[in-house]
Amino acid sequence: MATFDLAACPLRELNAELHRQAAIVREGGAAEQQWEILNPRGSHAVAVGVDAPLEITVRGNVGYYCGGMNQSGTIRIEGSAGPGLGENMMSGTISVSGNASQYAGATGRGGLLVINGNASSRCGISMKGIDILVRGNVGHMSAFLAQAGNLVVLGDAGDSLGDSIYEARVFVLGQVKSLGADCIKKEMRKEHIELLESLLTRAGISDMKASDFTRYGSARELYHFDVDRFDAY
Amino acid sequence: MAGHSRFFSGSGARNVCGIVGLFLKNPSLRPELGARLSEMLITMSDRGPDSAGIAIYGQSDSGKSKVTVQSANPADDFSALSNQLGPQLGKEFQIDINDTHAVLSVESSDVQFVKQAIQEQFSTLRIMSSGEAVEIYKEVGPPAEVVHRFGLNQMSGSHGIGHTRMATESAVTTLGAHPFSTGPDQCLVHNGSLSNHNNLRRQLRRAGIHFETENDTEVAAAYLSSRIDCGVSLGDALESALEDLDGFYTFVVSTRNGFGVLRDPIACKPAVLAETDDYVAFGSEYRALVALPNIKQATVWEPEPAIVYFWEH
Repeated sequence: MATFDLAACPLRELNAELHRQAAIVREGGAAEQQWEILNPRGSHAVAVGVDAPLEITVRGNVGYYCGGMNQSGTIRIEGSAGPGLGENMMSGTISVSGNASQYAGATGRGGLLVINGNASSRCGISMKGIDILVRGNVGHMSAFLAQAGNLVVLGDAGDSLGDSIYEARVFVLGQVKSLGADCIKKEMRKEHIELLESLLTRAGISDMKASDFTRYGSARELYHFDVDRFDAY
Repeated sequence: MAGHSRFFSGSGARNVCGIVGLFLKNPSLRPELGARLSEMLITMSDRGPDSAGIAIYGQSDSGKSKVTVQSANPADDFSALSNQLGPQLGKEFQIDINDTHAVLSVESSDVQFVKQAIQEQFSTLRIMSSGEAVEIYKEVGPPAEVVHRFGLNQMSGSHGIGHTRMATESAVTTLGAHPFSTGPDQCLVHNGSLSNHNNLRRQLRRAGIHFETENDTEVAAAYLSSRIDCGVSLGDALESALEDLDGFYTFVVSTRNGFGVLRDPIACKPAVLAETDDYVAFGSEYRALVALPNIKQATVWEPEPAIVYFWEH
């Protein structure tokens, strides 16, 4: 395992080195695939743009946009993350042992984001295929404009969950403070239980029953044009 | 709500301004307050390098108050002030000049007289703050320059707040810099922008409140001061701000003995709080807090939207 100390070297060198190793992996060469990052001290943009299956462990708290645009990488944060964790990630896995700030997983197109603490407001905003699992609570306006993918919340959800949601699915074990426009409670059918079981398994969670969750999704009344509802637009 | 863009990119408003605050519970840390707060503020420089300022609550003497004034022409203005104000007051007073700022130490009962005299007779002087303990230092320039200019890192005190600005609502001037003070020992720093400040300013002006700038943050400060003048606590004033202020804000506010934090209900503007047995610290980002003592053992959390956080000595 290679170690990079952010107290000794600047962030740009770290990200350049990760991108260099990722290029070697993509070309089939012998790369250093396991990385440990020390002393992040809330730095922004740690390990962004990783586009190969590198395994990266960050020991400490990170700032804005950690793991953004991740593709195939496995990024573990031993601490908490600032705003925009895993923004626009494409694939791979990002996990954080602590909390995540605003808009974790925003616009994510794929991969798995696991937040072991709480996520604050706008978690999964405009998600487009990513799977997000939060062991704690999520803040207000989570899954706002969510288009595809799954948001799983083991705790409670704040105000206006799933406002203006499209075809993403939201599963919540705890209480939902309020639902946003066009977001409704839906039946947990067999295929949803199977889907949720597989998501829980992927996130390493074995002590929760998928059937205990409630599913939320779109009533599909906002985004299909209906001339009779013209005044509501 | 139909017709949302498919290309919506996520997160709305991002970095504008950096704010910090440090409220010491342990008096033995007081000699370090200026150094700690300065370091926190300098760490936030890239959130806004236009201008910077600190309000610091230092030593106070019984029956005495401080009036902090600023001048663009300190050599002439401060000597004129020194020469003319004494005879008018009919007694000696202390004036400590620090670059473009000067702190006048006067009897508390003379504060109103002194402020009025400055406003009427010294049009090039600006009153930054008044109160038993508070001094405000703010200027155009990045935090490191402002800290160095006034020696803020050498100052001691019980608590303080700081701001580094990326101007959006009004000009880049000393008066447009934060913190703002509109009442005795009351200060406020703000990250965000208010949308109903013009209307609120009109209402407050009608109620007799004087404004120095067209800045939205000054309106928030004046609003809180007007509530406190009505006899409510800072905590209750912040509760009513949730009803009366419209827009984006994370506020850090301070009084003679108190320290508070409030975020608007949408809470786009970032905020991190840390608390140990020795202090409560606020930063726009966690980066601002990493050099504080025992930060790894601190309780660190993101303040909830529309919840008033308040500590008092």
